[in-house]
Amino acid sequence: MNFMRSYARKLSILFGRKRFRNELDEEMAFHREQVKQDLVSGGMESEAAKYAAMRQFGNATRIKEQSQRVVGFSAETVGQDLRFALRQLRKNPGFAVTAILILGLGIGASVAIFGFVDAALLQPLPYAEPSRLVAIDESTTLFPRNNLSYPDYVDWKRLNKSLSSLDVYTGTGFRLRTASGTEPVPAARVSDGFFSTLGVRPMLGRGFLAGEDRPGGAKIVVLSYGTWLKRFEARREVVGETVNLSGDAYTIVGVLPREFAFAPRGNAEFWTPLLDPQECEQRRSCHDLDGIGRLRDGVTVETALAEMKDIAAQLERQYPKSNLGQGASVMPLAQLIVGDVRPVLLLLLGGAGLLLLIACVNVASLLLVRSEARRREMAVRGALGATPVRLVRQFVTEGLLLVAAGSLGGVLVAGWLMVLMKGLIPKAIADGVPFLRLVGLNAHTAVFAGGIAVLAGLMMAATPALRISFQDIRGGLEEGGRTSAGRFWRRMGASLVVVELALAVVLLVGAGLLGQSFYRLLHVPIGFDPEHLAAVNLIVPGNIYSKDEQKVALYREVIRRVSSLPGVQSAGLTSVLPVQCNCDTDWIRIAGRPFHGEHNEVNEREVTPAYLATLKARLVRGRFFAEAEDASKPQVLVINQTLARMYFPGEDPIGKMIGDDDLTSKSMRQVIGVIDDVREGAQDAEVWPAEYYSMYQQPDSYISLVVRTAQDERAVLPGLVSSLRQVDPNLGVYGEETMEQQIDATQTALLHRFATWLMAGFAVIALVLGVVGLYGVIAYSVSQRTREIGVRIALGAQRSSVYRLVLEEAGRLIAMGLAAGLALSVGMAITMSKLLFGVQAWDAETLIGVAAVLGFSAMLASYIPARRAASVNPTEALRAE
Amino acid sequence: MAKKPDLLPGTLDMLILKTLNRAPLHGYGIALSIKRLSDDVLTVEEGSLYPALQRLLLQGWVKAEWKMTETNRRARFYTLTAAGRKQLGIELTQYEQMIAAIGLVLKDAEV
Repeated sequence: MNFMRSYARKLSILFGRKRFRNELDEEMAFHREQVKQDLVSGGMESEAAKYAAMRQFGNATRIKEQSQRVVGFSAETVGQDLRFALRQLRKNPGFAVTAILILGLGIGASVAIFGFVDAALLQPLPYAEPSRLVAIDESTTLFPRNNLSYPDYVDWKRLNKSLSSLDVYTGTGFRLRTASGTEPVPAARVSDGFFSTLGVRPMLGRGFLAGEDRPGGAKIVVLSYGTWLKRFEARREVVGETVNLSGDAYTIVGVLPREFAFAPRGNAEFWTPLLDPQECEQRRSCHDLDGIGRLRDGVTVETALAEMKDIAAQLERQYPKSNLGQGASVMPLAQLIVGDVRPVLLLLLGGAGLLLLIACVNVASLLLVRSEARRREMAVRGALGATPVRLVRQFVTEGLLLVAAGSLGGVLVAGWLMVLMKGLIPKAIADGVPFLRLVGLNAHTAVFAGGIAVLAGLMMAATPALRISFQDIRGGLEEGGRTSAGRFWRRMGASLVVVELALAVVLLVGAGLLGQSFYRLLHVPIGFDPEHLAAVNLIVPGNIYSKDEQKVALYREVIRRVSSLPGVQSAGLTSVLPVQCNCDTDWIRIAGRPFHGEHNEVNEREVTPAYLATLKARLVRGRFFAEAEDASKPQVLVINQTLARMYFPGEDPIGKMIGDDDLTSKSMRQVIGVIDDVREGAQDAEVWPAEYYSMYQQPDSYISLVVRTAQDERAVLPGLVSSLRQVDPNLGVYGEETMEQQIDATQTALLHRFATWLMAGFAVIALVLGVVGLYGVIAYSVSQRTREIGVRIALGAQRSSVYRLVLEEAGRLIAMGLAAGLALSVGMAITMSKLLFGVQAWDAETLIGVAAVLGFSAMLASYIPARRAASVNPTEALRAE
Repeated sequence: MAKKPDLLPGTLDMLILKTLNRAPLHGYGIALSIKRLSDDVLTVEEGSLYPALQRLLLQGWVKAEWKMTETNRRARFYTLTAAGRKQLGIELTQYEQMIAAIGLVLKDAEV
């Protein structure tokens, strides 16, 4: 209480410093005046009395200083400490630079990772009341999140009571005529209430009005901010103008604000109402939409989910054929958007935190070594009257100075790291992670940096303070009196090193496990040879190639032209590139089998005859499609091994018929071939049954071209694009990349790669710091024991026994660090097991490998001081003291 | 020149508090009062008085306010607070215990 009041008064004086001084001056002047008057009334001359009074009063400035010190914050001595600390650090730049560098790295890594965590997980989505927004979809056993069908959406919207609004979106693409030709642009079709459900108001113009998404409605479009900037020169008059999209005139009604981002359709440049339903949207069994909804007040995600499940069950009873097994999925929209990166980011934040801890421990032990070396100085200062508090404060000041410099450096490192990491994310993925825009040095990261700087400062302050307060200052003055303090330091320094080594082990194990799973991911069998493959996406303009025969003719022309390019060995078209997703599925039914309406979901791909051969997919039985097999011939299909195993166990599938639920005659296809599984889905996903149709029998408009080249596939990419443009300038051509690039840029591969490299970086730094720390402790211990070793050698000890002496000490520390670290890492590995692929948390290989790497490098580091110890010259060692 | 005896260490605060217990006084008044009451034996050095007053203010044992003296001059008058009165009591008790203890030791030494 009292302390609080006096502190408050000190503060008020600090801010009214001038007034305090004036009052003191006036008070003392009054005092002097009174003394003078006393003297005068005692008969002294006025002038003489004045001097006498001044003499009696003494040194006014000194009194003022003393009075000020009572109320001050000892600011003056802090300044002295600071100046002295600066001088000390400048005198020893190696130490200062090392410490600042280590702290800067640790703090920088933590702040950078936090920047991502903050942007992704802490900052709210750019919508009104984002916590009330949910992602709504159907669900099946195979897909926990399955697209909505349009008729289901209409029923859900009508029947539910949990949501104040429910809207849908789906991706689409337009061909946009630009100066350089026809460019395919990604777009989205949304229901009329989409923007108002999100709570987003266009920056210019308006959004969609109720009913504007009905079939036959006016063709209108809302622009993304980036599109407005890039394609419309940011003109405010664009609202009301028309733009030609895939041959239709759309009226621009609005422009979205800059901060708007919708991750599931992050790259959409144009937003149009649903308007005329596509073929798929007319069927209840075809799913191509995703929903977003706003929860009514007081409704939780769970209640909404329960209600949606009820509605889904009701629809299942009503439409048993199309809706069998179609459940509901409701989750917070934020979970949909950042759910995948959340565990990775948290793991990396944990890793960065450990690295920071190691950095702090390392610098703390550096400070400790220095305080040891400055015992004499401390003893002298103590003997000259410095209080213990003041001595401790000197070290604390130095520690804080280092932390301040380190934090500053750390923030710079963090800024650089964040830019670097953002740059490493491919554009296609970056569009889907709009929070990346928020990553950077801002108020949040600044607060975080400040927080960890304070923590690091406390740690730096505590270490030497602890050490000094335990120490007998007088001991420092004695010539030989180093043993007790030396032993204390050795114990403390040694335990710090054990902590460092243990943490380094944890990071190494983490990096090792991630590395292992990344390796397994890269070497997962994909069923084809990705080398020397190039791929490019095509959009076939539907208004020009409206008939199937026209499309097939175009496919043949494309393949003919591309195949004649130098370096191209073969070429094929597919509806979806491999290793992208288990998507575009079909429900199949085997002719002549009992059937109860179950949904046999399989991946469906339309491919040209040469496609599978171009991939070098292995044909197990039967044959690939023939070039002549088009719509005029009987319909055929190729299946993968998984489908064969699942639906034709112990039988030869060749010649069997597969059709849709009703086995309608136009859906019936005969199996002509079986291939080894080509991985269609992500590398860490299960391989699904897949069927391949001939694209000549089932043409498609959104397709991808794959070519196999003799040499470097990168070289053919430009020629590929230009020859496609020559085939027809109206073709949309985009995303030309090598197959390996395509695979590397999938989200799965990217997340694994990021996590692995960052963790590996952390682990390497941790290893170096830990080993250097160990070297420091052992080297110091040897230097302290030079005389002892000299005596031993003089008394006939073998060099080898000196080696053993030192290495045993090091070995003990290493063993303790390893044991503690391995125990900790098993705990960590279990928490990160969700991120692992194909490797167990207690993977023995990794644990042994880490133990070997750390043990070896640590022993190497201790060998250097051991060698020095063994080569001690006994005469010199004994004379040295 | 005969040296005047120093104040016993630690007693200055008590003397100031005691002086102010009678009436509010300015710094000069406090010094003068202590000097007179001790028959010119105790002199409070200004170098100790003003820092001590700041200390007491900080502890909240005295209050300060600017007032006019009888000679119509502005001066800072110090008043004892309730907390200060309590503190005075504590210090007096401690002081008496100390004096009694010293007395006992000295008496014993005489025998």
